[in-house]
Amino acid sequence: MTEATSQPSLAIHNLQLSFGAVQVLEDVNMQIMPGEFVVLLGGSGSGKSTILNCIAGLLDISDGQIFINGRNVTWEEPKDRGIGMVFQSYALYPQMSVRGNLAFGLKNARLPRQEIASRIARAAEILQIGDYLDRKPAALSGGQRQRVAIGRALVRDVDVFLFDEPLSNLDAKLRAELRVEIKRLHETLGNTMVYVTHDQIEAMTLADRIALLRNGVIQQFASPDEIYRKPVNLYVAGFIGSPSMNFLKGEIAGDSFRFNGRGVSLAGYDGDLSDGPAILGIRPEHVTLSDQPDLEAQVELQEHMGAESVTYLRLDGQRFAIRAPDERRHVIGTTLGLRFDMTRASLFDPRTELRL
Amino acid sequence: MAQSNVSGRPFRLFRNLNAKIAAIPMILTALVIFVGFSLWTVVYSFTKSGLLPRQDFVGLMQYERLWSNTKWLISIQNLLIFGICMLVFSFVIGFVLACLMDQKIRFEGVFRTILLYPFALSFVVTGVVWQWLLNPDLGIQSVMRGFGWESFAFDPLNNSRIVMFGVVIAALWQGTGFVMVLLLAGLRGIDDEIWKATRIDGIPTWKTYLFVVVPMLRPVMVTTLVIVTAGIVKVYDLVVAQTNGGPGVSSEVPAKYVYDQMFLNQNLGQGFAASTMMLITVAIIIIPWAYLEFGGRKRG
Amino acid sequence: MVDLTLDGPRGPKPRRAISGRNIMIYGTLIVVALYYLIPLYVMVVTSLKGLPEIRMGNIFAPPVEITFEPWVKAWSEACTGLNCDGLQRGFWNSVRITVPSVIVSILIASINGYALANWRFKGAELFFAILMIGAFIPYQVMLYPMVILLRELGLYGSLTGLVLVHTVFGMPILTLLFRNYFATLPDELFKAARVDGTGFWGIYFRIMLPLSLPIFVVAVILQVTGIWNDFLFGVVYTRPQYYPMTVQLNNIVNTTTGVKEYNVNMAATILTGLVPLVIYFVSGRLFVRGIAAGAVKG
Repeated sequence: MTEATSQPSLAIHNLQLSFGAVQVLEDVNMQIMPGEFVVLLGGSGSGKSTILNCIAGLLDISDGQIFINGRNVTWEEPKDRGIGMVFQSYALYPQMSVRGNLAFGLKNARLPRQEIASRIARAAEILQIGDYLDRKPAALSGGQRQRVAIGRALVRDVDVFLFDEPLSNLDAKLRAELRVEIKRLHETLGNTMVYVTHDQIEAMTLADRIALLRNGVIQQFASPDEIYRKPVNLYVAGFIGSPSMNFLKGEIAGDSFRFNGRGVSLAGYDGDLSDGPAILGIRPEHVTLSDQPDLEAQVELQEHMGAESVTYLRLDGQRFAIRAPDERRHVIGTTLGLRFDMTRASLFDPRTELRL
Repeated sequence: MAQSNVSGRPFRLFRNLNAKIAAIPMILTALVIFVGFSLWTVVYSFTKSGLLPRQDFVGLMQYERLWSNTKWLISIQNLLIFGICMLVFSFVIGFVLACLMDQKIRFEGVFRTILLYPFALSFVVTGVVWQWLLNPDLGIQSVMRGFGWESFAFDPLNNSRIVMFGVVIAALWQGTGFVMVLLLAGLRGIDDEIWKATRIDGIPTWKTYLFVVVPMLRPVMVTTLVIVTAGIVKVYDLVVAQTNGGPGVSSEVPAKYVYDQMFLNQNLGQGFAASTMMLITVAIIIIPWAYLEFGGRKRG
Repeated sequence: MVDLTLDGPRGPKPRRAISGRNIMIYGTLIVVALYYLIPLYVMVVTSLKGLPEIRMGNIFAPPVEITFEPWVKAWSEACTGLNCDGLQRGFWNSVRITVPSVIVSILIASINGYALANWRFKGAELFFAILMIGAFIPYQVMLYPMVILLRELGLYGSLTGLVLVHTVFGMPILTLLFRNYFATLPDELFKAARVDGTGFWGIYFRIMLPLSLPIFVVAVILQVTGIWNDFLFGVVYTRPQYYPMTVQLNNIVNTTTGVKEYNVNMAATILTGLVPLVIYFVSGRLFVRGIAAGAVKG
């Protein structure tokens, strides 16, 4: 991660937002370094788009401050904040050509004509939209429209790009393509980018850091790897990963986790533990088949996806998934021995739901 | 009736038979009344019908008489004045009001209720009320003079040169709310993210309305335009109630001319010719619109 | 962590409640609203004044002495040309015209709309297109042939004839309304009923009708105001004793004989406008939906 010696590109301090009695955001704090790609991830109603709109100045905040490049922009108009924004519905001006869409804001800001032309030329080259500069948005495909929308942010020549679920209106294949392209764009431009999505694949692949939100509160703000490996609480653990993490309710006794009368050694666990009730969380791919198993379970169902397979087991009345990078077939009903990779497991306090 | 349009073997005729029976009133209305009656009137406009329709064809005689009749010429002129004023003012005022209503204002419901209530009233009521308000001796003119503005003169209903503007004022009062409501519905249909995009781009509100929103409203505008225009051509009861064509014949309109010829002057042929002219006027407006709106996706 | 100065603006951007922008918006709206309200106000105050007071004062002044006599006179004594028993006759005529017209026209149009939306048969779209274009044909074109038709049917001059006329000319907009509404109902519902063996009328009465109460309300509002406010058909197709209220109001106000009784005229005007006004104020949003239904295609 970027060293904390430089000034944050975007800083949010104690941001609060409420509509009447409804608190939408409570005390959001964030510091985003120059060139960082931050994804705001969460379900609907988590407040992720709301934060983005506050950063852009499209929503009036109730309390707090927003700094962009060290400048307090809390009261600034959106156009003066030094941001560009890309929307889910593209929000292109339908009656203007692509060129018109790119130029509209610049013309309005009374930029010299040559400057406008050169900025459009640069954006067209980066985004490969040069061939249809004179077409109307209606004559473009969804992917092309979204490129134009990105272009409109690009020509503004700003340091911070905001993306509000830009790929949600596209089909799965295009989405994957444009995702790669946005990643490439970020590497080419080196801008700070804040990206809102509900899609964890997008989040995991694009982000330098992910802020996972729930009910207007940031649950965890960390690198994808850390969020995946060390989720701070049960919600984050369950939200990220598909199939999601397996949870087993039991208790910690000494250096083992007691579950259903059997013990699993906790050797290698990364964290401070003390005796008492706990929930063990382990991802499907961190369980291996073994002759010296920690636990045993019966095969219920198998899904083969070519590159890997997911086996659903029944373990003490609950469903338990394991993922293996091979195509080994199991007969339904057979009992498999499971061994847990404790170095990558997580234990949670059942009361506070926090990671131990 | 339903059978005639279905070709092929008999069993196809009886498919969806109930639906076809249920549609008989609609089919009859469409074919007999809308098509048949219109054609009948057009055909009889070439006859010398007087008190009763007669198949006594005289070519274009009725049209020649029509276009040399001062009352008809005045009617056409009045319709033009009325139509242009109505379109321009109801659209400009209606659009401005719709934009103001779109600014997330308080009491929006109250304002909308006030602006639209005249539309619930009949043209007769509208005409009578404005006849009273424009009464020169007791109405607005006398009140203004009473305030000390002695030279104030606004007496359209007794001044043949400006009488149509008196009618326009009343019609605007009755109909602008309608235009406003339709355009407001159009404004509300515009994607919120378009507005956000213009704010990021730093486009001032008025420029956004003019260069982004108005072009996007084109379909709603065109539809509203067609409805308002079709209503303008039909204007009848308002004039009857407010001025009854007066003073003299200075506020006659085509619809009134048709009625007077048919039912008062026992000159059906003139009435048919005049109503055919009205039909042509509407056709000139409707056909290009219908072609643009529906022509494109007929095949499908 | 970086040392950030947390000075400067914080929280919501302060906005003055009385900004120039707000003054302009609310100022314009209030002025326009007044323009719209003045006629209603003048109608009411005029109808409550005595004739001498009207002749003396200005039309905006509130009544010095409130009198309900003009209302009584307008309702039961004013002369409508043929007789002098006031608007009450017209009121009841309008009721007798409006009620059956609304029921019949909506019933037929809803079945039309249902047949069009769910049972697409060959030629249906063509008839519908003719119907839609027919909505724009000036009534004057079809006025006289209709007279002949009614005369042939023996209905000319009768209330039944006028009901028929309203049914026919209300059909385009109502059919459009119902067709568009039925088209928004999930198609699966209709298909499931057909698979279950329910027929044309069974689906209409047991599935479509119960689901379409709101659109029926919209249609009723649209038709009641439209038919109550009609003038032309009332004049052309009925005898004077069956004249609807609008025609009688016009006769009262624009009679050329006798002294002009402005207060009676205004009371009569309010009485005539009362039914649609009450419907408008009670129904609110549904009225807006009704008038927009014709313009916004589905």
